[in-house]
Amino acid sequence: MAERKIRVLIAKPGLDGHDRGAKVIARALRDAGMEVIYTGLRQTSEMIINAAIQEDVDAVGLSILSGAHMHYFGEVIEGLKARNAADILVFGGGIVPDQDLAKLKELGVSAVFTPGTSTQEVVEFLRNAVTERWAEQV
Amino acid sequence: MKSKKAWLAQDYSKKTADLPERSYPFRTLSDIEAEPLYTGEDLADFDEANQLAYPGEYPFTRGVQTSMYRGKLWTMRQFAGFGSAEQTNERFKKLLEAGQHGLSTAFDLPTLMGYDSDHPFSQGEVGKCGVAVSSLADMELLFESINPEDVTTSMTINSPANAIWAMYLAMAENKGADLRKVGGTIQNDILKEFIAQKEYIFPPAPSVKLVIDTFEWGPRYVPKWNFISVSGYHIREAGSTAVQELAFTLADGIHYVQKALERGLDIDEFAPRISFFFNVHNDFFEEIAKFRAARRIWAKQMREVFGAKDPKSWMLRTHAQTAGVSLTAQQPLVNIARVAIQALAGVLGGTNSLHTDSYDEALALPTEEAAKIALRTQQVIAFETGVCNTIDPLAGSYYLETLTSEMERQCLAYFERIDALGGVEKAIDAGFFAHEIGDASYQQQREIDSKERIIVGVNEFVDDSPETPILLVDKEVERLQHERLARVRRERDPNAVAQALEALRKAAINDQNTMPAFLAAAHAYCTLGEQMDVLREVYGVYEEPILI
Repeated sequence: MAERKIRVLIAKPGLDGHDRGAKVIARALRDAGMEVIYTGLRQTSEMIINAAIQEDVDAVGLSILSGAHMHYFGEVIEGLKARNAADILVFGGGIVPDQDLAKLKELGVSAVFTPGTSTQEVVEFLRNAVTERWAEQV
Repeated sequence: MKSKKAWLAQDYSKKTADLPERSYPFRTLSDIEAEPLYTGEDLADFDEANQLAYPGEYPFTRGVQTSMYRGKLWTMRQFAGFGSAEQTNERFKKLLEAGQHGLSTAFDLPTLMGYDSDHPFSQGEVGKCGVAVSSLADMELLFESINPEDVTTSMTINSPANAIWAMYLAMAENKGADLRKVGGTIQNDILKEFIAQKEYIFPPAPSVKLVIDTFEWGPRYVPKWNFISVSGYHIREAGSTAVQELAFTLADGIHYVQKALERGLDIDEFAPRISFFFNVHNDFFEEIAKFRAARRIWAKQMREVFGAKDPKSWMLRTHAQTAGVSLTAQQPLVNIARVAIQALAGVLGGTNSLHTDSYDEALALPTEEAAKIALRTQQVIAFETGVCNTIDPLAGSYYLETLTSEMERQCLAYFERIDALGGVEKAIDAGFFAHEIGDASYQQQREIDSKERIIVGVNEFVDDSPETPILLVDKEVERLQHERLARVRRERDPNAVAQALEALRKAAINDQNTMPAFLAAAHAYCTLGEQMDVLREVYGVYEEPILI
């Protein structure tokens, strides 16, 4: 049996156009053997939720550098729940102050990677977290 | 004296056979190899008269002013903006009190993208990474008790630049200022938005047309204003190398010049007010060389390629900002050292204006304390280090001059590649810049991940640093901004608004200069969103191809 590949959606919500991090992460995950879909810029939460469900991904990564992280993570997680897709893991990266990290965890964000994170860290996190979810689903 | 070749072959090889070189990438961040040593032999073909000359003389390698910092220091211009117009106005006044020379405005994302604060896309973003300006009413509060004839103001605004500039000028006119005496800068560089920062609204062709409207109108009505700041800063932040930053920025500048000439404008009327904006990153000598090369290349292009006659048209005047992307969230106080060294490179490179980043910017917008330390860093360089005593003190350095010439050579090679694609707009369509920058940034990340490049506190010398206090933007801002906008819409004259928007539509459709219509719209308190919506209808909106 072929090994199941992890499918990841990398998304840029909102008006922020800083896509360096999103693109570097997308390439690194692809090089690590995952199937990566990148939404491109200026996605609403609704667009991201739709893409995640349609593409049947295991995880959604939001890249936000504008300070609007509380708003978008909240909307995407709520939207996935409402569409019975809470099994899709939500993680993210960007400029997120320490005091918001705990709040994002409470919302249900699996991990938030701030500047200085190595791409291996993100790859390892996804491998572990997604494999765990798969095990739970069996 | 033995030759360099002999020294390398004998002395150096012998030494490194006993004691090998450290495992370290001995090359610049742009992948230019650094030799162990440079000597006079490396400058054997160096033509001092043509490549260096004197400060204030063509090709301006040594700086655009004759007396440089002995006459006038660079302008210390710290970028600021957050929350409401009132809050930013307060920060502005504090920065001026602290000895800053000019103002520099950061707008929030809705403003940068041409949406009013009450637009659905603006939700959660109002006042977050800059100040919200939706109409003249906000602009008036932003510059409350600041005289636009006394202070030059820089505004980082691109796609909606014409409209925001017009609001600033309308504010100045309402205060009784003479526009001929009002100075400042709008960034207004849309090409680098398509290349790097991605804050575009309309497709490239009409976007460039709007820029050229300012080239035509600016020198005639607001002659002290820099109507463009051709920016490499964002190209570098997006992950380019220093050479790519240099080449793509100057290629953008050249593209605007070509478009202005196509409109029939006189080069010596507009070129003196073209300004630039570069990044100052970690690689000390490469950054200094970049500024020197930039001035030389631009001067040669303007005089020899475009035939400009006025020496002012040949001068590349530039603002610089330390590299935000080089700041680390880990051990953030270490950023103060990074910023100081980068700022020093900018000064030794002969920048005309400088912003130093605050140490906490990898975490959030700067606190007042962090912003003050950043300004103080410039003051230490200016007043304590003695580096301003003599002009272009590193000129003639075997290494620096070699590097400057090498960057010039690599830049010209990029010009050829861009020309071969049919110019900047075509190269954007072809995804050329996106690929080049994407490859460079990915390579840099891999070098950091593999520890080939060390970033202090990130992949080496790691420890737990105490939490840093950060600035939080009040959630009230969005609500207050909605209220103010509602009041503006209620109290203005609806007929004047309708007429002004119609005039703007006509100017756009008939391909006339849009600036007079923007100025009238600002005075009529048309909102930014209303004006941009008119142009969205006429020009359409741009969506970039998705590339990883």
